[in-house]
This record gives sequence, C-alpha cells and structure tokens, in this order.
Amino acid sequence: MLRISCPWCGPRDETEFGYGGQAHLKRPDNPEALDDAAWAEFLFLRDNPEGPFVERWVHSHGCRRWFNAVRDTKTDRVIATYRPDETPPEAAKMVLKGQEGGR
Amino acid sequence: MSTDLFRIPPELASPLEDIDRAHPVAFRFDGKRLRGRAGDTLASALLANGVHLVGRGIKYHRPRGIVAAGAEEPNALVQVGQGTRGEPNLKATQVALFDNLSAAPVNVWPSLKFDALAANELLSPLMVAGFYYKTFKEGPASWWDRVYEPLIRRAAGWGKAPPGPDPDTYEHTHAHCDVLVIGAGPAGLSAAKAAAESGARVMVLEDDARPGGHLLARPRRVDGRPGHQWAAETAAALAAHPEVRLLTRTTALGVYATAHVTAVERLTDHLGPGAPGPRQRLWHIRAGRIVLASGAHERPLVFADNDRPGIMLAGAVGTYVHRYGVLPGRRAVILTNNDSAYETALALLDGGGSVVAVLDTRREPSGPLVEAVRARGVPIRAGYGITGTTGRGRVKRVWISPLAEDLSPRIAETTLDCDLVAVSGGFSPVVHLWSQGQGKLAWDDRQACFVPDPARPAVEPISVAGAANGCFELAEILAQGANAGAEAARAAGFTAKATTPPGVEAPPATPPAPIWLVPSDKPPGEGVGKHFVDLQNDTTAADIALAAREGMTSVELMKRYTLAGFGTDQGKTGNINALAILAHELGKPIPEVGTTTFRPPYTPLTFGAMAGRQVGALFAPERVTPMHDRHRARGAVFEDVGPWKRARYYPEGGEDMDAAVARECRAARQAVAVLDASTLGKIEVEGPDAAAFLDRVYTNTLSTLGVGRIRYGLMLNDDGRLMDDGTVTRLGEDRYLLTTTTGGAATVMDWLEELHQTEWPELDLHLTSVTDRWAVAQVAGPKARDLLAELAPDMDLSAQALPFMRFVEGTVAGLPARVFRISFTGELSFEVAVPWSVGGALWDALFKAGGKHGLTPFGTEAMHVLRAEKGFIIVGQETDGSVTPLDLGLDWALGKKKGDYIGRRSLARADLARDDRKHLVGLLTEDPGEVLEEGAQLVDDPDQAPPMTMVGHVTSSYMSPTLERSIALALVARGRQRMGQTVHAPLADGRVVKATIVDPVFYDKEGKRRDG
Ligand SMILES: [Zn+2]
Repeated sequence: MLRISCPWCGPRDETEFGYGGQAHLKRPDNPEALDDAAWAEFLFLRDNPEGPFVERWVHSHGCRRWFNAVRDTKTDRVIATYRPDETPPEAAKMVLKGQEGGR
Repeated sequence: MSTDLFRIPPELASPLEDIDRAHPVAFRFDGKRLRGRAGDTLASALLANGVHLVGRGIKYHRPRGIVAAGAEEPNALVQVGQGTRGEPNLKATQVALFDNLSAAPVNVWPSLKFDALAANELLSPLMVAGFYYKTFKEGPASWWDRVYEPLIRRAAGWGKAPPGPDPDTYEHTHAHCDVLVIGAGPAGLSAAKAAAESGARVMVLEDDARPGGHLLARPRRVDGRPGHQWAAETAAALAAHPEVRLLTRTTALGVYATAHVTAVERLTDHLGPGAPGPRQRLWHIRAGRIVLASGAHERPLVFADNDRPGIMLAGAVGTYVHRYGVLPGRRAVILTNNDSAYETALALLDGGGSVVAVLDTRREPSGPLVEAVRARGVPIRAGYGITGTTGRGRVKRVWISPLAEDLSPRIAETTLDCDLVAVSGGFSPVVHLWSQGQGKLAWDDRQACFVPDPARPAVEPISVAGAANGCFELAEILAQGANAGAEAARAAGFTAKATTPPGVEAPPATPPAPIWLVPSDKPPGEGVGKHFVDLQNDTTAADIALAAREGMTSVELMKRYTLAGFGTDQGKTGNINALAILAHELGKPIPEVGTTTFRPPYTPLTFGAMAGRQVGALFAPERVTPMHDRHRARGAVFEDVGPWKRARYYPEGGEDMDAAVARECRAARQAVAVLDASTLGKIEVEGPDAAAFLDRVYTNTLSTLGVGRIRYGLMLNDDGRLMDDGTVTRLGEDRYLLTTTTGGAATVMDWLEELHQTEWPELDLHLTSVTDRWAVAQVAGPKARDLLAELAPDMDLSAQALPFMRFVEGTVAGLPARVFRISFTGELSFEVAVPWSVGGALWDALFKAGGKHGLTPFGTEAMHVLRAEKGFIIVGQETDGSVTPLDLGLDWALGKKKGDYIGRRSLARADLARDDRKHLVGLLTEDPGEVLEEGAQLVDDPDQAPPMTMVGHVTSSYMSPTLERSIALALVARGRQRMGQTVHAPLADGRVVKATIVDPVFYDKEGKRRDG
C-alpha cells in the first residue's frame, strides 16, 4: 500500500485515495470540430510509460480534493505530488516534456 | 498412554533446554493419545514420542516425516483442532503444544499408515513433471467434472476447510516506527539495541516465542555469558524501553510499497481454543527504515530416497536436542558438505545418542568441530555420499559409497543401519522480504548462496544484517546488526553512536563445498530411487531435468512445470537445490539462471486474520432511513440497494411477494400509496455558476429552468453512455437540487466534484451531498392530493397552483417540507421531503390521516412494476454501460440548442449513431401468464443451431396487476423499426417463449393520470 502525500493534508495511506489516470490532459475546447479519430485519441488513448508518469489522484476519504502526482511505474513509488493550480515540479516537467516529444 | 521415550534424561540435558519437564501436556495426534511437555512444539512432542511419520507426499503419497524445526518445514503439515475451529495446513514445527491439543495428518486417505493413494507411486512414470498439463489438457472435456477434478481434489488436499464460521475473533492494528527490525536473533537484537539507544521508535518482530534465534539452540557465549542468556537479557532490556515494541510469536509476512510491512501476531494459539481475547492480530506497520535480520534456512542434500521419515536437517536435529531435550534418533548417520553438522553430532552424543558415521562429501574435512567429533570416536568418512535408503515409515538403513571425482553414478559400497539421517547442504539466507522490497540478489560463490546485493539495493528502505546477509560468524553477525541498527536510526534522523560489539565464543563458520546432487547407482529418473528437491510439492531432480529437456529453460517456467517452490513452502528449503540442478542441466552458472519471485505472504495466514473485525455485521456498513423502524414494524421484506436497506414489499396475512406487490400496485393506481424514497441521492449545487455548470454535465438545458420548476435530466459519461438520471429542481436563482439513483449517488457526487475541480475550477459553485438531510415520502395515487391537503391545510396543492414538475416549500403535518410534483408511477404523485430527523414523524402522520383514503405502503418491487408499466427506465437495469440515450428513445432529453455537454461529441461517433443498435422496446408474451426471465436472450429464429444469433435481451419483466397480464422491457436490435414483430426467448428449460415487440409504454400513454 502506497503512502501518498496529499498536498493539502500530508502523507496518508493509499486506501484513502482514488486514482484518476493521466494528468494534464486538455479537454478539447470544441469537440464538435474534431474528427472521430481525434476525439477517440482524447477519450481513450493514454501514455503508458515505464518509469515516471504524471497522474491524477483524489483524496476521496479525506479532503476530497484532486491533485497531481509523479509516480515511477517501474518501482511504484510516488516521487512528487502537487496541487492542480501549482506550477508542476521539476520531476513532472521532465515527464511532460518527454510526452509531448513522443506524440 | 505412551510416554516421551525419546526425551533426553535430565542428567544429560543441554543447558539450553527450554521446556518445563515438571509440566506434562496431553495431546492427540492421528487419534493417538500422547504426552509432551510445556514449551514443546507439536513437532518436538511428536519426536519425543518417537513419532516421525506425520504425513504423505502430495503426489506419490510416500510416507513423510518432520524435517525442520521452524517456518521452513516442508512436510509436517497438520490439521489442528476440530469443527469450526479446525485449521488445516499448519506446520507441526510452528504449533505450540497446549493441553488437549488435537492434531491430525493431512493428505492421507483413508489413513496415515495405509494410504490408498500410495499406489500413485506405482504410476510414477506417468506422473512426471507437467503431468497435469499434459493429461488434463488433452482428455475429453466431459471428464473434467466427473473424473479429474474429484480425483485431484481428494489427492491434492492439504487438510480440510472448517465447516462453518470461525468462532474466534481477530483484529487489525496499525503502527508506525522509525526503525523496524525483523527477526530477533543475535543480529536483530543487536540492531534493535543500537537503534533504541539513539531514541528512535523501534519495533522488533520475532516469529519464535522467544527472542534469540540460533543462540537458543547452539551453545555459544556472548559478552561473557551463555548466548541464550545474553539474548534474554537484551530482549528484556528492549521490552522495558519506552520507545521499543518487541513482539514475539509475530511473523513478518510481506513488504509492500512505502515501507509498509504486514505481520501476524499469534496471541492465543499457544493457549488453545477458547482463550480470552482475539486469537491473532494482523499488524500494518509503516516503518522509516527496515532492518532485515531474518536469518538463514539450512538446505538439505539431494540424494536417492531422501524423503523418508527420520531424514532431517542437521541443524533442526541440533535444535531438538538442545532446546527441547529430544533425541530424534538413537543411531544417527550424518551427511554433510560443511562443518555445522558436526555440532549436531556432538549434541546427539552429549544427549546420549550414538552417531554411526559422519559422511562428509568433502575430501578433507578439518577444523575444530571435525576434530572434536573425531576425538569422540565417531567414524568420519570423507568424500562419501548416500546412494539410497530403505525403511517403511522410518529410515532404517542407508547405502553409502565414495563419490567419484566427476560425481558419476556409483554402486553402493556398503550399508549403515540407523534410525536418523541428519543432513546439511549449507545455508540459504532468508531473503524473501528483501526481494519483496525490490532488492536484487547476488550469487556468493564462496558461501554457495544468494545474498542481498548491496550494489542493487531495495526500492524500500531495507538493510540486511546477519545470516540473512550471508554472514555466519557470530562476532560479525553482532557487529553487522549493531551497524545496521545505528545506520537505520541515523537515516530516520537520530544520532546513533558507534558501539563495540560484545566478545563471543563460537566455532568458526566455514563455507560449504557445494554438491547439488549426490549420485546414486543410476542418474535421476533412470533407477527406482527418487531424488527429492522440493518435498512439499514432490518435485524430483528427474522432474527438473525433464523440464529442462522439454524447453522449460527459464526458472519461472521450470517452477510452474515442476511445481518446485509452490505452495506454502515457497521454496524455503528446496529452492536453491532446484535452481542449481536446473543450472547444471542447462550448462549455465547458477547466477545466470536466477531465482523465482518471492511473493508474500512469507508464511500462510488464516482468512480470519486477513478479515480482522470486518466480518458479520461489521463486514460492510448498512444505511437505513428514518422510517426504517416503521417498515420493520409492518413486517417489510428488505432488499439491499447500494449500502441501503430498502423495503421491498410489505406482506399482509401470509401473502407471498407476488400477492403483496399486486395489492400495493392496485393501491397506487386506485387509491393512494406511499413509498419511502429517502435513499434517492440528493446533491445541492449552489453558486453564481451553478447553472452554467449543470448545462455542461446534463444533456438538458438547465440554465433556462425557472425557479420552482423541475426537469428530468440525463447525465452521460464522456463516451456518451448513460451514467445516471434524475430530476433537477431550481430552488433559487443560484441554487439547484439534483436527485440521483440510490446506487449512483456517490458516483455522481464524485464525478461532479472531479469535473468541477479538474476541468472547470474557474466556475464559482459548491457541491453538497444532502442525501441524508432529507427524508422523502413519495405519495402516489388518485387520492394523493386529498390526503396531502388534509396534512397541509396552508398549502395550495391544486393542479393550477402546483402543476406537474413544480416545486413548493411549506408545512406538511406541522413539519417544514419541500413538495415536488414528480411521478415515477404515472399517477398523481407528490414527493414530500422533510428534515431527516423527522422522517418518522412524517410517515406516522401520513398513516394517521391516510386510513380513510386507503393509504398503503409500497416497496421497491411495486415501484419497479409501476414504472415499468409506464416504460420508465431504471439506470443499471435497462442500461449496462453500453447503452446511450438514443438507444433508450430519450432523444427528447438531449438539448439541441445548447453548447457542448459531457458525452455530446461521443453520441455522434459512428458506432453510437448506427441504425442497427439495440433499442428499448416493450414485449408482450403470447401467453399473458408467462413472465419472462430478466436477462433472457432473444432470437429471431428459435430453430437455428447453436450458437444462435441473439438480437437482444429482456431487461425488466413483471406480472402487471394493472393490465392483468405479463409485461417486459427489452433491448432489441432495430427494435423501434420492428413494432408488432415476433421474437423468441429460448429458455434454459428447453421451452421457447414467443413475444411481440410493442411500445415500451404499456399504460396511460397519454399521461392523463399524473394530474389526478
Ligand atoms: Zn487531502
């Protein structure tokens, strides 16, 4: 069971949290303008890296707030957590940069 | 009653002895009455009575005996206790003896002495590795249920599951510490001492009843005292330390992410059944740092017929002699590849036993222990091995032979008669928890074992000390422990001083000379002898060789093919021998073959401990409404809806469900009936941007809804599927009340919060769950208005003042109330919401006034029927996660003129816009008395050979009391274009039911009744 640091509440057991998949996905401003393939890309396709991954968590059984985390999918260790309105920490920036390059 | 004939006479007892000879303990094994002493384990008590035969091998059903003295025991699995307290699969070496303990062997049928399945051994050429795969995959499928499965179940069991609920209680405890020390042998005690001295919070877990590790079973001196005394004093000092928690009889089971360690503490197992308090406690520990001091397990040597009772690990023999005062045999042969077994020879001699010979696979054994044994007149045969054994139920003779230089097969040179063979093949560090913490292993060639690789540390904060780290010299073990403890404390932010480890007296620990397979007269698999590698899974060297020949070249494949390392044993004794034999077969060095994965739990644990207090009524919380007691008083039958208990129907005078439901439905259609609708989810959305937010999450336009008005709304997932439905009431300019389905309340709340926080945080609004703020009575039926008017004289409830889909606040029965003109039954209907705390008062007031109107309570079942008569869907019944509003014919609820909303774009995706999708339709069976089964599949051609083409399925089906015939709702491909056509439902009983596709609204299509 992971120990995850909620940016508002501090470190708590994983059982208090819910998982929300990849973070920093941008909902298209005008979905009607997208063709089916582009819409499906937003809807269904996610990165699946081995190593650091930026993802969303929610402190369901705590403050009920959503936040972002950088987690290494290889070791299953949370490297950093931050609020959605915060500038992502270095660890997240590096991953996000890599994801853009990979697309 | 036989007495403990193999107990060492008191005058020869070891100073380490830890039993209470003055306190006899009566117990039963396999029906026989025996006697042990307080402090015995079941295994030591059995050996004291000369009982070696305790079970049968899993595959060949050969007799098996006690092999080890601790958690690594592969053979001596027993069933302890009876009835609901019966527990299978316990290791006799870990069962503490108590008065009237009753244990039975497992995997024997019909009895221990005569095992009918021992004939499996005659079939052994057929039962080679991969036997299960090969045979059962290819046999006729019909044989599986009738032949294979019963056979395997009978043959392969390790005991019987208890027949009823466990009468004992268990609990879970969470703990935090700076330094967690696993194992309280010399390394662990030394680590804990060093860490505790720094002021760190320390926890120490010890599997054994006593701290001390091998100091409890080997004569050593530490700090000028006997080793076991040093251990006892050190442990006592730790236990008295305010920041230290020392737990004995506690086994660390697993290491999980972020230094989360689980452990089971056996609180009363050693006291016997019925002892007060919880039986076991499962610990969840979060540690700053972990010091692993889990010791090492001795390895057996692999030789022909090495599985007979009486063939034991040499170290275990030493433990039984020193600690339990038991002579496991009077005439021992010792087979070893290292010096440690010579200590066992000395122990046996001191305890009054004799040692026929020490067979040492090494050419020139030497050193103080060897010389000490030689000096006692014991013949030492250097460069010798055992080529075979005999003895039914107990070893009585071994064949021996000098080993060839190239270890090629050898004919026996001579025989030795004996009743005990003590074997040592070296030691394997217990690295399970290190590996679980994602630490890697390195092969230590000198010591012939895998050790934690310091160059590839664990992801978890684990350091390893002592024998678990491949360190076998006592002085060094103590030093490593102290270092690891101090370092862990420092890493946790404490200041730990370097300490001088105490002086010790101990024999030198010399590394073994590896020999992975002691040759017999023929190579494994060719002669009659079997060279067992994994005793618990009956895996032989021949099986591993076969696996290698058949292409199972990876260690994980070999494991699955031969079962080596499976089961409760998890390869504790057999693993390294199996890997080494595979490596030899493949012509590869051992480190290249690698190890299998070590999975938690380290030892098996009961389901009771896993469940803790979360059993029975505490398994899951139950939610009830404020009217619950009233429903109970009326004899309601309840059903579970999400976490809620809802009244399903209210039987009267011996009615069955159908009769009660029919009566309740008629009341709603003809007079007035009331449903407790308090469980419906309710969410208030408040704020200047509430309207804008709701426009984005509902398919309808809600910003245009007038204050005091209500609209039915649909909520979709991003992929366009219907997620939930309910009503939206505009309470005020900036304030809405949403209702959700009972089961969907939490999901909808989560979803709305997620969207607000992650997609549109700029929208200014608040979401509040008010489900259990408002109790709701749904009053339905032609007389509903008459009844409510009586209770709410100040409110104008006329159709003009309060039309359909309007809302008003007022006073009902003297209670502050919200009244909603909503109808889920199709009848004139008011939903009256009052504060939760006065829900019961509302209910009572309704019935007080309702008698003359014929007020009848109705439950969820009648509610289902009434809404189905109207063709109203229930999310989760008509929908299954693949259904869109278009499929349901709810196009009218999709806002055409509004902006984007969740799910909108997806409704235009090619697949969701297909015209051959399944549509919601009604079904009328040809026979009006036939009620289709919900879930029944529908076909066009009932004569088609299977697999038939299925065109849809029944989603709801009832006998309609209103229409006096059966009705059903179904999803049928192109259903809306098929009105009047026939479909068929082939049933499990062979009948085929014919039905006509009709409009899903069966009753009052014009909707006249809702205004009363
Ligand atoms: Zn929080």
